[in-house]
Amino acid sequence: MSGLLKSSIGRKVAMALSGLFLVVFLTQHFVINSTAVLAPELFNTWSHFMGTNGLVQFGLQPVLIFGVVFHFIMGFALELQNRKARPVKYASYKGGAAAPWTSRNMIISGLVILAFLGLHFYDFWIPEMIHKYVETHPEDPTRYYAETVHKFENPVRVGLYVLSFVLLALHLWHGFASSFQSVGFNNKFSVALSKFAKVWSVAIPVGFIIIAVYLHFNQIPH
Amino acid sequence: MKLTLKIWRQKNAQAKGQMVTYPIDGIDGDMSFLEMMDVLNNELINKGEEPVVFDHDCREGICGSCSMFINGEAHGPDRLVTTCQLHMRKFKDGDTITIEPWRAAGFPVIKDLMVDRSSFDRIQHAGGFISINTSGNTQDANAIPIEKIDADAAFDAATCIGCGACVASCKNSSAMLFVSAKVSQFALLPQGQVEATDRVLNMVKQMDEEGFGNCTNTGACEVECPKGISLENIARMNREYLAASLKG
Repeated sequence: MSGLLKSSIGRKVAMALSGLFLVVFLTQHFVINSTAVLAPELFNTWSHFMGTNGLVQFGLQPVLIFGVVFHFIMGFALELQNRKARPVKYASYKGGAAAPWTSRNMIISGLVILAFLGLHFYDFWIPEMIHKYVETHPEDPTRYYAETVHKFENPVRVGLYVLSFVLLALHLWHGFASSFQSVGFNNKFSVALSKFAKVWSVAIPVGFIIIAVYLHFNQIPH
Repeated sequence: MKLTLKIWRQKNAQAKGQMVTYPIDGIDGDMSFLEMMDVLNNELINKGEEPVVFDHDCREGICGSCSMFINGEAHGPDRLVTTCQLHMRKFKDGDTITIEPWRAAGFPVIKDLMVDRSSFDRIQHAGGFISINTSGNTQDANAIPIEKIDADAAFDAATCIGCGACVASCKNSSAMLFVSAKVSQFALLPQGQVEATDRVLNMVKQMDEEGFGNCTNTGACEVECPKGISLENIARMNREYLAASLKG
């Protein structure tokens, strides 16, 4: 048991489990965000709950941050190990003949998502932490919708978000479906599960894109 | 057929190798790829040059010796074949063909296109066997009933010839398909249960020590495998490994 995280299989299982955890997180993030388009008042209510509930803030939030950091660190560690495993490169290598681009370039899509997370934290998480825990403003449960809409005023930011969501879709396209294989789940249900994972991998990022673009074109006065 | 061959030449394990270009003429479409290499080597010997060293043995797709990375693919452009089963009719007159050795830290080049695949032997030694005394009083294997579906899957896994095309094709030089085939062929059978825990732990440990990369589930190994070993075996090995880790 002790050497599990040092072994190649242990590490890929860890990547898969942390990835599946992030898939669950993305789903709930999307459900809450979709209310910004469908029902702004509900968006305020849910955002207020997520932003002030002790269990979410001090229980789930640290677990989420750990999950994200762990997934990235493990991803980098595996990438370095994999590069070391082929010290001399091929003069001619037809990777595309046998494996799709998305599966061969998880590090590229992953790095774009990491860069996006930096922007996303700068946009939302850091101001939110300062607002709540540094400046300690009195809580206004109706502030969330307007703040979110104003973040999408700048078309450059919207463009960066859309680009990141496209790369997120490519990352999920391979990652979500392949995580089941990594944990050893490959049986008669795998084809259906893989199809579901691929539909989900496109649907959620496209949903995020629709929300970002919708909010950009439906600005409210400051 | 007139071809241009670009072949990796390397004097020995320590030397720095390079691609060398050789024009070749009179190649028939019905020749195998190795026969084409024989023609080239004859010409080189006649000219007083050193022939290209490459592994080959049975020349009928069984031994797994003929390791060549041809035009960016293990065993060339055809599917479910080894290099000796690849025909020159897969190429066109005037083609340039790039021929390289398997590239992996676990398969160091010995000379030219020949690589050292003893890492696979060491992985097998670590657990790819069952300890049954075969001195003459062994129970007839057919006396133990085994479900057809399991027997077939075990046999499919056992068709792995250990050629290393999976490692060569994988972007990470991962040996998971090979090791998973060797684990699966026993994991599915009652005879393999006695050493099941130690087998998977020891074989994976040895695989990691040999410097092979990790599996990213790209599926490249499965596509290029001359015996069609399936990714199902890797999932089975992962399950076996997790169960064994929890036990031991």
